[in-house]
Amino acid sequence: MAQITLDNLAHSYVANPTSEEDYALKQLDHVWEDGQAYALLGASGCGKSTLLNIISGLLIPSRGRVLFGEQDVTNAPTAERNIAQVFQFPVVYDTMTVRENLAFPLKNRGADAAYIERRVQEIARMIDMEDQLRRKARGLTADAKQKISLGRGMVREDVNAILFDEPLTVIDPHMKWELRTQLKSLHRQFGHTMIYVTHDQTEALTFADKVVVMHDGRVVQMGTPEELFETPEHTFVGYFIGSPGMNLIPAKIDDNQAYVNGSKIELGRGYANLSGKVEIGVRPEYLKLSSKTGLPVNIRRVEDVGRHKIIRADFFGSDINIIAPEGEAISDNMNKITFDPAKINVYANDWRVKGEAA
Amino acid sequence: MTLKLEGVSKKVGGQVQIHPTDLQLEKGTMNVLLGPTLSGKTTLMRLMAGLEPPSTGEIYWNGENVTGRRVQDREVAMVYQQFINYPSMTVYENIASPLRLMGKPASEIDAAVQEAAELMKLSPLLTRKPLELSGGQQQRCALARALVKNAGLVLLDEPLANLDYKLREELRVEIPKIFEKSGAIFVYATTEPEEALLLGGNTVALWEGAITQFGLTPEIYRNPADATTARVFSDPPMNFLQISKAGPKIMFGDGQSFGAAGKLSDLKDGRYLAGFRANHLELKKHTSDAMRFNCKLAITEITGSETFIHVDHIEDRWVGVVHGVHDLEPKSDLSVYLDPAHVYIFAEDGRLVATAAYAQAA
Repeated sequence: MAQITLDNLAHSYVANPTSEEDYALKQLDHVWEDGQAYALLGASGCGKSTLLNIISGLLIPSRGRVLFGEQDVTNAPTAERNIAQVFQFPVVYDTMTVRENLAFPLKNRGADAAYIERRVQEIARMIDMEDQLRRKARGLTADAKQKISLGRGMVREDVNAILFDEPLTVIDPHMKWELRTQLKSLHRQFGHTMIYVTHDQTEALTFADKVVVMHDGRVVQMGTPEELFETPEHTFVGYFIGSPGMNLIPAKIDDNQAYVNGSKIELGRGYANLSGKVEIGVRPEYLKLSSKTGLPVNIRRVEDVGRHKIIRADFFGSDINIIAPEGEAISDNMNKITFDPAKINVYANDWRVKGEAA
Repeated sequence: MTLKLEGVSKKVGGQVQIHPTDLQLEKGTMNVLLGPTLSGKTTLMRLMAGLEPPSTGEIYWNGENVTGRRVQDREVAMVYQQFINYPSMTVYENIASPLRLMGKPASEIDAAVQEAAELMKLSPLLTRKPLELSGGQQQRCALARALVKNAGLVLLDEPLANLDYKLREELRVEIPKIFEKSGAIFVYATTEPEEALLLGGNTVALWEGAITQFGLTPEIYRNPADATTARVFSDPPMNFLQISKAGPKIMFGDGQSFGAAGKLSDLKDGRYLAGFRANHLELKKHTSDAMRFNCKLAITEITGSETFIHVDHIEDRWVGVVHGVHDLEPKSDLSVYLDPAHVYIFAEDGRLVATAAYAQAA
C-alpha cells in the first residue's frame, strides 16, 4: 500500500497544447494518503477517467509526475504498478469456477496454496458467494459476475491501490446497496488505498473518506461529504451534490445582509465589497415554507417523493427548490419562505467567499 | 384511447416470462413499470408494442383487437436504454425520419420537427450528427423522434439509465411535462423507486413476471398490497422482522411489545411479518410510544446531509436513514427507535394485513 502523489500533473490529448482549453486535465497537485478511500466524482467529460488512467498507467501524462510512495511511476506500465482494478462491466473467466476466478491474481503471482485457499474463503464470505465457489462463472447473473470482479480486485493484500471505475453501473438498486456497504466494510477491514470513480453522488459520498469533485478538468473541491454539503467551495459542487442541488440566487451583498430584488435576507457572516457575479447559495433542505413569515414564492409543482416532498417554485424570477418533510401538508397559502442564516453561502464568480464571523 | 391486456402471457422455451396478465391503461396517463432487472418490464413492453406476440391472451387498442397486428401498423413509439439514432443523419433528419416514412408533406414535417426540437431543447443542434452530441442530448434526440410520431402509446424502457446522475435528474423533471402536452398513454420502465415517485402517475409493480399491484404511485408506495411490492418500492430496501400477536399485544423478538390498537386489534393471534422503511428508523425517541430496539451497529455511511445506519437486530440486518451527520463507532451497541405508526404488518404469505397508521392518514 502506498501514498499517491500527483505532482504538477496535467494532460492534453492534443499534440501541441497551446491554451488551457486544450487540457483535459488541468494543473493538479495532490497527495492522497495511504489507506484512505477516495472517490472521483464528476459528470462525463470532467477529466475523472483521464486521471484514473494516468494513475493506472494506461496513459502517460503530458506533464508532471505520479509517485507511489517515493517511487516515480509516471512512465511505468500498469503491470509494474502493483495495483488492482475493477471496471464498469464484469471481467470474469466464464470457463473457470468462481473459486478459480477469485484465486487467479494470487496464483498468477505464485502464492502458496494454503494461503490462496484461506484468502479465497475470506473474500467469498465477504461477497456472499461461499456456497457458489464450485460452480462455473458462465450463466451467473451480471450482479454475481460483478461481485466476483470486486472480490478479485480485493483478493491481494499487497497492492499499492485498488482502482474502481464505475463498478456498480450494471447492478440493480437493491444489490447496489449491498455491494456498496460491503466495499465500505472491506475498506475498513483491510485498509487498502481505494480510488473510486463515479458520477453517482450517493455512491461517492457514502463510500469515500474524501470526495474529489472534478469539473472541466479541475479539482474544484476535495473534502468530506459533510464539507461538500455544507460549504461547497464552487457553485458546481453545490449543484452536483444534493438532489436537487443547491439553490443559487443572484443577490447584492451588504456586509451581513443579502438583497434579492430589494428584499433583505440575513446572513450568518459578514462580507466585504464583492464584485463580479454575486449569488447566495442555499440548499433546499435549509428552506422552510410557511403561510405566515418570510419572503414570497410562487409554488409551481409539489412532488411527493416518499420520504420527503420537493416543492418547485419561483422566487423573484429564480427557480428555487424546497424540501419539506414527508408528513407536512403543503397548502395553497404556504407561499412564503424563510432562510436559515447560518446555512447560506455566498459566491462571487462561482467561488465561495468565506466572509467574517458576524 | 385505451390499451387493454386480457390474459396476456409469454412463455419462451417452456419458461414463463410473463404470467397471465390483465391490465388497462387510459388515455393521458403516465404508467411506471417498476421492478428489478428480469422482472419482465421489457417483455411486457414488447408485448404492448406488438414487437412480440403473446403466448396467450388478447391485446385491445381502443376496443379493437390488435393482438396479431404488426408493430408498424400500430400507433406506437418506443425509446430504449441505449440511445438509438441514425449516426449518418443530422439531428433534424433523425427526428424527421418517422414522418418521412409515413410520407408526410415537407411543411408538416418541418413544423413537427421544430416543435419537438424546441420541447427537447435541441433547436440549436439540429444540423449536428448524433455522435457530436453528449449522451443526454443523444437521448433527447431519440425522445424527440418518438414524440414527433404523435403515437397514442409511448413506451420508454429505462430511458435515463445510461445518463449521468444530474442529467437524469433534469430529464426526470422534463419528461412529465412532455407527457402532459402529448396526451398519449406513456409507459415508463424503471428499476428505481425514486424515479417512479418523481414521475408520479400510476405504478405497475412487477416481480418475477407478474404484476403485484397497479394504482396511483404514491398510494402504492404508502399502501403496498404485499411484502413483495413493498420490497420493490423501497430504496433502501424495506426492513423486516418477525412478530407475533397474542391477545391485546403485538410482540417483537426481543421482548418488546405494543398495544394492538385500531385495526390491529382485529388481527388473529399468530405470527406475522412487520415491515418499515429506512427513513422511519430513528436514533432518538420522537414520540412517546416509539419502541426501542437494542442493536449492534454494522457500519455507517454519511452522505453529507444524512447518515445511513446499518444495524443488526437479532437475526435481521436493518438500514436506517437519519438526518444529519452521525459518525458512530462500528460494532458498538446502538439503540434505535421506531414509531408503531410506521409499521406495516404482513401475513406470513406476504399479504398486507394492516397498513401503517401514518399511511392511512397521508
